[in-house]
Amino acid sequence: MAEYPNTGNIDTRSGFGVGLSHLGKTNPRVVALCADLTGSLKMSDFKKNHPNRFFQVGIAEANMMGIAAGLTIGGWIPFTGTFANFSTGRVYDQIRQSIAYSGKNVKICASHAGITLGEDGATHQILEDIGLMKMLPGMTVINPCDFNQTKAATIAIADHQGPVYLRFGRPKVPNFTTADMGFTIGKGIKLKEGNSITIVATGHLVWESLQASDILRHEGISAEVINIHTIKPIDEEIILKSVKKTGCILTAEEHNFHGGLGETIAGVLSRKHPVIQRYIATNDTFGESGTPLELMKKYELAQDNIVTKSKELVALKNK
Amino acid sequence: MSHTHQLQDRVIQTRRDILRMVHGAKSGHPGGSLGCTEFLVTLFENHMTYQLPFEIDGLNQDIFFLSNGHISPVFYSVLARSGFFPVSELSSFRKINSRLQGHPTTHEGLPGVRIASGSLGQGLSVAVGAALSKKLNQDNRLVYVLLGDGELQEGQNWEAIMFAAANQVDNLIATIDLNGQQIDGATSEVLFLGDIEAKFNSFGWKVVLNQKGNDLNSVKKALDHATSLTEKSKPVVIIMKTEMGNGVDFMMHSHQWHGIAPNDEQLELGLNQNPPTPLGDY
Repeated sequence: MAEYPNTGNIDTRSGFGVGLSHLGKTNPRVVALCADLTGSLKMSDFKKNHPNRFFQVGIAEANMMGIAAGLTIGGWIPFTGTFANFSTGRVYDQIRQSIAYSGKNVKICASHAGITLGEDGATHQILEDIGLMKMLPGMTVINPCDFNQTKAATIAIADHQGPVYLRFGRPKVPNFTTADMGFTIGKGIKLKEGNSITIVATGHLVWESLQASDILRHEGISAEVINIHTIKPIDEEIILKSVKKTGCILTAEEHNFHGGLGETIAGVLSRKHPVIQRYIATNDTFGESGTPLELMKKYELAQDNIVTKSKELVALKNK
Repeated sequence: MSHTHQLQDRVIQTRRDILRMVHGAKSGHPGGSLGCTEFLVTLFENHMTYQLPFEIDGLNQDIFFLSNGHISPVFYSVLARSGFFPVSELSSFRKINSRLQGHPTTHEGLPGVRIASGSLGQGLSVAVGAALSKKLNQDNRLVYVLLGDGELQEGQNWEAIMFAAANQVDNLIATIDLNGQQIDGATSEVLFLGDIEAKFNSFGWKVVLNQKGNDLNSVKKALDHATSLTEKSKPVVIIMKTEMGNGVDFMMHSHQWHGIAPNDEQLELGLNQNPPTPLGDY
């Protein structure tokens, strides 16, 4: 099975920016909107190169969602950009009525998701957005794991007809997937083969899970690591195939355990093939200020936590 | 272009449709619907340029959005009688398996509807987006949107009003249905809207006042005037005074008929005040 060396730390939001710039050149129907966070969302390049296809809406996210919905009428493909908190909770009803229920082809691109936003604290660290978005009928929900995958996902969603929520982050994190890995919406990627436990991770926690699997291997536990970048629609097949082999599953995400990836997988397992499951996720709490690393440790999302919980889970399975 | 007496028949027939639809469903919003009848009949029959069959992108056509989606009865009646879908379908209003949902939606594919509305305050933003889309497409037709006056209490409208002026969205005509009523009472009592004309002016819009929103000639004049003001770097608004419940005497001068259905006797009374037309009931 392939190894995944870190080719350098870079933020996933930069992957979005590069992907959007690529679309600017290759897809003339793509337009972009931003609510006063052009630099943070890495949309400056698109803005500079395609000023007629870029709309600065100011600090008015509700209006941005409505304008995006209107732009689809006449065949444009709008990509909205703001922080995840302001992309979801703040504008839930606008997304619900004007985009999801109306079936509009809007790509809601959300940076600074999760606790690793860091020092700004809980007002900005949304840990509920996956749940909010996956509840909407017809909404596709994607949380890529690194720069390369975020770039690939950004490019892929332009060709998907229908509303998409694309979630990515602020801090510089390892870039370890290959640029040619490709991106198929709704298709999970098996990164490591294993027999003792299935670890299914999304977003920043995919790298943490890979590191944990190396530690576990040295301790005699063979972990299968699966990258689920698309939470909705979920790739049931890759998960079921893995748990039928391993008999237990740990899900890992930078999100509340209510409403997140783990909850979606629990639903799949309970209907199709029940096995024991544990969660790496925040425990029904708000975040707080701190560095991303401090927060990952305090809220038990780091690779050490994945190792500990994996060992507990395997022991439980073998009891 | 329709003659005045034909338009008058359309107005009366739509009032009959509204009363019968809301009565048939035992629910719905007759008050605001009756008040906007002249406006929507004029817009669809004597003002906008559009083609049928309906297609959602509306390229090189004038397009319309209803932001105050609860006045769906008047919208549906006008769409059906303008040829968007069969008039007989009006009988399915608010019933199970119908395309005529309580509030308009694209979800069931009803021709004439380009966005879901009902949760208030969202239509103007959508219309601004559609107007930008037309500019990008080098499409010279206009975007129309109707809003309730109470709806202006939703803050998103003011985001859109600010944006449209700042970005010179001048291919857009918004109309405010100024009937002065909302669910809990008069707008002046629920939350005073202040001087709406001054507000739009200060935000940088061109304002057309229409004191007679229930008069066909006056509505047409206001729409023509508003259209003449487009493509001059500013968005345009028509502030249109209407009477909620217009055409049915016991439904007028009150907010009471915002969202309730007439009973059998009340239906009879209302229909007597709007006698049958050559167009026929659905």
